[in-house]
Amino acid sequence: MTRRALIPVAVLAAILAGIQLAVSAAGRDYYLTQLIMSAYYAIVVMGLCLVMGYAGQISLGHAAFFAIGGYTSAALTTRNIPAAHDAAWSGVLRSAGLLWARPDLYGETLVTVSPWAAFVLAIALAVLVALLIGWPALRLKGHYLAMGTLGFGLIVYRIVLGTEFLGAADGITGVPPWEIGLGIVISERKAFRVVNYYFAWGLVLLVLLLLLNLVHSRVGRALRSIHGGEQAANAMGVNTAGYKLKAFVLSAALAAAAGCFLTHYNRGIGPSEAGALKSVRYVALVAAGGMANLWGVLFISTLLNFLSLRGFFGTFDHAAFGIILIAIISLTPEGPLAPVGRWLRRGRGPQPGTVRDDDTQG
Amino acid sequence: MILRVESIRRCFGGLVALDDVGFGVEKGCIKGVIGPNGAGKTTLFHVISGLLHPDGGEVYFEDRRITGLKPYQIAGRGISRTFQSLSLFGNMTVLENVMVGCHRRTRSGMAAAALRTPSQRREEHRMRAAALQQLEAVGIASAASEAVGSLSFGRRRMVELARALATEPRLILLDEPASGLNTRETDELGDIIRRIRDRGVTVLVVEHDMSLVMDVCEEIVVLDFGRTLAEGSPAQIRNDPNVIEVYLGGDFENAAGK
Amino acid sequence: MSQILQYVFSGLTTGSIYAVVAIGFNLIYSTTGIINFAQGEFVMLGGMTAVSLSLFMPLPISIMIAVLVVAVCGGVLEIVFFRRLRSHSVLHMIIITIGLSIVIREAALHIWDEKVRSLPYFTGNECSSVKLLGAAISPQVFWVLGAVAVVVAALHCFLRYTLWGKAMRACSSNPIAAALAGINTSNMRTLSFAVSAGIGALAGCMISPISMSRYDMGTGLAIKGFAAAILGGLGNPMAAVFGGLAVGLAEAFSVIRLPAAYKDATAFAILLLALFVRPHGLFGSRAADEAREIAE
Repeated sequence: MTRRALIPVAVLAAILAGIQLAVSAAGRDYYLTQLIMSAYYAIVVMGLCLVMGYAGQISLGHAAFFAIGGYTSAALTTRNIPAAHDAAWSGVLRSAGLLWARPDLYGETLVTVSPWAAFVLAIALAVLVALLIGWPALRLKGHYLAMGTLGFGLIVYRIVLGTEFLGAADGITGVPPWEIGLGIVISERKAFRVVNYYFAWGLVLLVLLLLLNLVHSRVGRALRSIHGGEQAANAMGVNTAGYKLKAFVLSAALAAAAGCFLTHYNRGIGPSEAGALKSVRYVALVAAGGMANLWGVLFISTLLNFLSLRGFFGTFDHAAFGIILIAIISLTPEGPLAPVGRWLRRGRGPQPGTVRDDDTQG
Repeated sequence: MILRVESIRRCFGGLVALDDVGFGVEKGCIKGVIGPNGAGKTTLFHVISGLLHPDGGEVYFEDRRITGLKPYQIAGRGISRTFQSLSLFGNMTVLENVMVGCHRRTRSGMAAAALRTPSQRREEHRMRAAALQQLEAVGIASAASEAVGSLSFGRRRMVELARALATEPRLILLDEPASGLNTRETDELGDIIRRIRDRGVTVLVVEHDMSLVMDVCEEIVVLDFGRTLAEGSPAQIRNDPNVIEVYLGGDFENAAGK
Repeated sequence: MSQILQYVFSGLTTGSIYAVVAIGFNLIYSTTGIINFAQGEFVMLGGMTAVSLSLFMPLPISIMIAVLVVAVCGGVLEIVFFRRLRSHSVLHMIIITIGLSIVIREAALHIWDEKVRSLPYFTGNECSSVKLLGAAISPQVFWVLGAVAVVVAALHCFLRYTLWGKAMRACSSNPIAAALAGINTSNMRTLSFAVSAGIGALAGCMISPISMSRYDMGTGLAIKGFAAAILGGLGNPMAAVFGGLAVGLAEAFSVIRLPAAYKDATAFAILLLALFVRPHGLFGSRAADEAREIAE
């Protein structure tokens, strides 16, 4: 890992720890819940940043991937599998940790898929859908791609809204806590809040590091070249279709993972997580963060999501993000943090946008 | 023949851009493609580099058929190009632009990049050095960390050239490299083209600047209305009556207009 | 048979609304190059405004004023947001129109609340029906179809035969030449927004008794209208009519096979299919697209 990326990440980790200590000391532990949720949403947004900011492909349906992850986890860990109650094969699967038996509210035994297995299946499903949709969709450009991804998102929304098995309009509730191991339990119970805070933000930092490395590599340059001039990138030997798809699939997997974790934390999920308004919100956050700027996107996303979850925008919550979108794009297309980024990089030579040169020390 | 173009035909709706175009390029040669505006020269380059598929005909590179391949595959086979209206990546620095050129010569994938494995880091190092070398070869290494948008037109041309050369091609297509350059820059360009050839890269160049063409090219093919009009050495082309007629008014050597 | 006819009329009715939205898309797209995601909101605004006005004005007047008001809003939108922002990239323009559609929708929520409203039936009421070939058709359906037909015809004549219409067509095929010929291209763009908004509002009024008006009806309409526009080929206003009717019919007949809850998803699926298989539409041409792309 580069020295250059590690220092800011370490600083951020320290700040996060400081926040937790301050919040707990002030007796406002509930802030931690909103920060945890913001963390998981930030993972979605960072993945989308890779696709939109770096590869330059708009995706107005990313909430669908979050929902695919969350709903798959939720459905698999709450829906009883009657056939598995006494069968021999289920015993094997249970000891392998893939199936899980536990008493339900009425004292009956409930056999469902275990959270880990559900997680793997959820990611796999999201990746599969991303491949199926991405392959034809990413050949489209501009507004065709925007509409196509929006349409895809709406289809997923309609499916979760209209399917009884997925809880229809009420969504799925009663999602069990997830024991990850090492004493970490993903659950909204007060006792686990601090642990969940560090787990969620630890994930964020991990994803941030990996994406930073990716962006400052040959792959990152390939993605940016697609954004900078797809024809020329192709002529220089970059498999543009392949890279667009890889970025798209990676971001879908990240969104789905975030969906799984947040669903277990919130103990449930509802159709609004798949809606167009959520997708647009993610896009707004990427735009507000400066498009091709992982740090900016992380910061803005956390700030705005936290405020939104605290009810800061009141009934104007959705409108606020719409206004943010319009204002940011028309007034500061590079993102409002661009001047800050430039100031931070002063003395290292003019840089286009907010992308840093590679670390020569390797 | 490192490149063979046979009976290429390409239409856009009712417009016939290329009609039965055929010629060959010898390995290690500098060959020029000239012709009046609208003769189909850039369309020809698009077909050779894979950005367009021909409606008919074949393109062979090193005796292997490349018609119908995707542009990045053709780049992978060893053909690189520059663009008539510069196509640099405005969202990256000069050095990053050229490093994209190194893409096809490297192989670290997403996992290696995300985890920053030692082999990936070494490869980055090598790419950076190779890209800097290319910049030095065209004389703009000092601008390496600048945004491409801040460079003068002539220097941006050089960046594009460096980027195309970074792919280490065996054939390079130059699309009007002299357009927008002044006399001194054009002379330098001539030297650069010769140095490229000396490095073992075959050059196919579309150009309007006749003095450059006559000076640098060993062979010339003339296109007109999408058809090959003539092919031969500069002297032969200069004296070809068809060519003279097409260029309106015989005084061919002085037709250095753009 | 009468069941099939029910579906047909139902499909034609909603399809004609999609057609109007699609025509609006095409008008704005061809004059400004922008895909206006807020197109559906104009339909919503038309219906909601007319409903409020009809509380103290006769119905025809309410409709006329609603159409005018929304048309003016459309023009104002163009002036405020798009006049000075034309140099932005496609991505940026898309994002701005999306933001606009959200803001309009949320403003509507705050002005009118989330309740469903509707205009009264123009003739008769919700129980009246006309018997046609064994099917029971509401008279409102004829109002809708009639109004859309009139709109389409009027627009066609406007674009073809009036000076302003020809000026708009000139702007869309070659803005620079149009400007050189003395056409005020800025005003033409504003006009295209205003006209699109106006016809959208009219459609919203027409459909209100049947489908109700709700603050959030715009998004779905926009997508379906876009699907219709794509089917007909973006930029071809009249082919959009065909696209709209096709989408409406497909949606209506989808209930035969799919659960009703997925009815909306049908139109979205058509959109995706159209985009993936034939983005230039059934009437567009690939060659034109390619030539344009390479020239860029």
